[in-house]
Amino acid sequence: MQKFNTLKSIPVYLPIVNIDTDMIIPKQFLKTIKRTGLGKNLFFEMRYDDQGKEIGDFILNQNPFNNSKILIAGKNFGCGSSREHAPWALLDFGITCVISSSFADIFYSNCFKNGILPIVLEEEKIKELSEYANRKEEISVDLNENKIVYGNNEIKFDVDKFKKKCLLEGLDDIALSLKKSEKIENFEKDLKNQKPWIFND
Amino acid sequence: MPNTLYDKIWNDHLVDLQDDGTALLFVDRHLVHEVTSPQAFEGLRNSNRKVRHPNLTLAVADHNVPTTDRSKGISDKESKIQVETLEANCKEFGIKLFGMNDKRQGIVHVTGPEQGFTQPGTVIVCGDSHTATHGAFGSLAFGIGTSEVEHVLATQTLVQKKAKNFRVNVNGKLPLGVTSKDVILQIIGKIGTAGGTGCVIEYAGDLIRSLSVEQRMTICNMTIEGGARAGLIAPDEKIFKYLKDRPMSPKDKDWDKAMEYWKNLKTDEGAKFDKEIDLQAEEILPMITWGTSPQDVITIDEKVPNPQNEKDEDRKNSLERSLNYMGLKPNMAAKDIKIDKVFIGSCTNGRIEDLREAAKILKDKKIAAHVHAMVVPGSGLVKEQAEQEGLDKIFVNSGFEWREPGCSMCLAMNADKLKPQERCASTSNRNFEGRQGRGGRTHLVSPGMAAAAAISGNLDDVRKYQN
Ligand code: SF4
Repeated sequence: MQKFNTLKSIPVYLPIVNIDTDMIIPKQFLKTIKRTGLGKNLFFEMRYDDQGKEIGDFILNQNPFNNSKILIAGKNFGCGSSREHAPWALLDFGITCVISSSFADIFYSNCFKNGILPIVLEEEKIKELSEYANRKEEISVDLNENKIVYGNNEIKFDVDKFKKKCLLEGLDDIALSLKKSEKIENFEKDLKNQKPWIFND
Repeated sequence: MPNTLYDKIWNDHLVDLQDDGTALLFVDRHLVHEVTSPQAFEGLRNSNRKVRHPNLTLAVADHNVPTTDRSKGISDKESKIQVETLEANCKEFGIKLFGMNDKRQGIVHVTGPEQGFTQPGTVIVCGDSHTATHGAFGSLAFGIGTSEVEHVLATQTLVQKKAKNFRVNVNGKLPLGVTSKDVILQIIGKIGTAGGTGCVIEYAGDLIRSLSVEQRMTICNMTIEGGARAGLIAPDEKIFKYLKDRPMSPKDKDWDKAMEYWKNLKTDEGAKFDKEIDLQAEEILPMITWGTSPQDVITIDEKVPNPQNEKDEDRKNSLERSLNYMGLKPNMAAKDIKIDKVFIGSCTNGRIEDLREAAKILKDKKIAAHVHAMVVPGSGLVKEQAEQEGLDKIFVNSGFEWREPGCSMCLAMNADKLKPQERCASTSNRNFEGRQGRGGRTHLVSPGMAAAAAISGNLDDVRKYQN
């Protein structure tokens, strides 16, 4: 997994609430058996018309927002399905940080597993930051220091310590859990004694 | 200290707990389907890892499979590759799979319970948000992403943080024609799609206890639409009876031992909930969704909302956007909404009782001439059962198409989909933009309401057709 440290970019602002995973990546693109290549279909229905041509009005089709690494969006971002294609599509497009006043649970945790930092801020702060998107000014995100720097201001944000460590070091969850193999084995031994029906054998 | 049912299952599955609350949870049952697993298996292969417990894993292809004649195979190239990739992966890693032509094949959340793979007190995961369905058995069941699928395959555990306890009590008796689908739509309307965020919901109260196993599944299934991680109901005799002698249920001595454990799976008197709401069943009416979020519910007697009455700017815009997408006028009566299609099926309402409920309304009636309607049973076994009961004939005689099992038009990954601006009364669980096909318009309803809409040609009150 790609490490996340600091990030500087002109943010793109999508002032829509309840952006669901079907909007992020519609299901016709879920048939892939790969993780990459989904970026061109991110927000497909809003980005392209019926003929498959880019809709110029849509913000992600406009320069410089087509190169944004930071997405600011309305509340309840990522609701809907558990599919990881949503963060894969964001990542493939180049977005590695999403800022909203709230996220759907599964999407939130899927972000961390793919090197994307989701940041929860109050609505007011979101409005303030969105001004930078409107003015096409850069903001920067510093995960080490848990802060966003914009103009002469900064905002602190919260992030789970363990998740932060994994992002900073690009750690793979599975390797970390396998370090606890002994504990897993002991658990399984007890389970076999106490609930023999679980193993079906 | 008194514990909730969720607390108990959680505690019983802790492999490890870090100081910051990050837990490693043992997973008893892992369901796998073709859409969210290929990248997970690829990950295993790339890092030379094996599946830790193939026995605790069950796979089935459901999202992409055609619901018409299966003997011709899958015509869509990408769907075909995905289904074949699942077959190859299951073979390579030694996982049991119900292939497309297996009678036991079906929607993963219908198949699991049907086989007795789903059991009380277990932790069940699947790369699919509607895994919450299995909570009806008193299991902690939730959806995971593909990275987590890989994690579970490799370690049989999952990294989790504990959620909050939320209890929804429903007491009383439901009016005639009102079903558990209306109950859950009402609940979502009340708490909103983010109302359950960060929580596990336990459904309790005498109405919930009076529901059949399948009706409970409908409620737990849509818990995710209320934003919660999982929904569960304490298991009781109905659950035990349902599970007895299912192919993968515990047998003989193991059954007795399991029963001893299962009987104690309930929330202790005095256990603390972070959140609690109460509903009175008598007040629940047949519901429909009018908009593009499952919280956009009204009763069949009501009118579509008017954005002009909203003070909150965001809310107003979102109402306008939904109405516009749905092609509806403010203040329009629900019953004036004309429909083009009807879909009965999905992991919410594709089980035998759902089909019976719809068939009861459709018996000796014809659907409106302009309506195209289909039934897609939740599994091959549901289909077989329905055919034994003659339900297929009732559907076909009324003008419905009788299809092969799968997810079908619930999410339109196979050939079954709405055309732009087509309007559908659907028994599925999501009415998001484009969910049932690009530009398609979905109204979520119960199976009985779907049948009533098919007959009338517009959204209508199922109570009108009750005998
Ligand atoms: S029926 Fe619909 S909601 Fe259920 S698993 Fe299939 S696609 Fe998902």
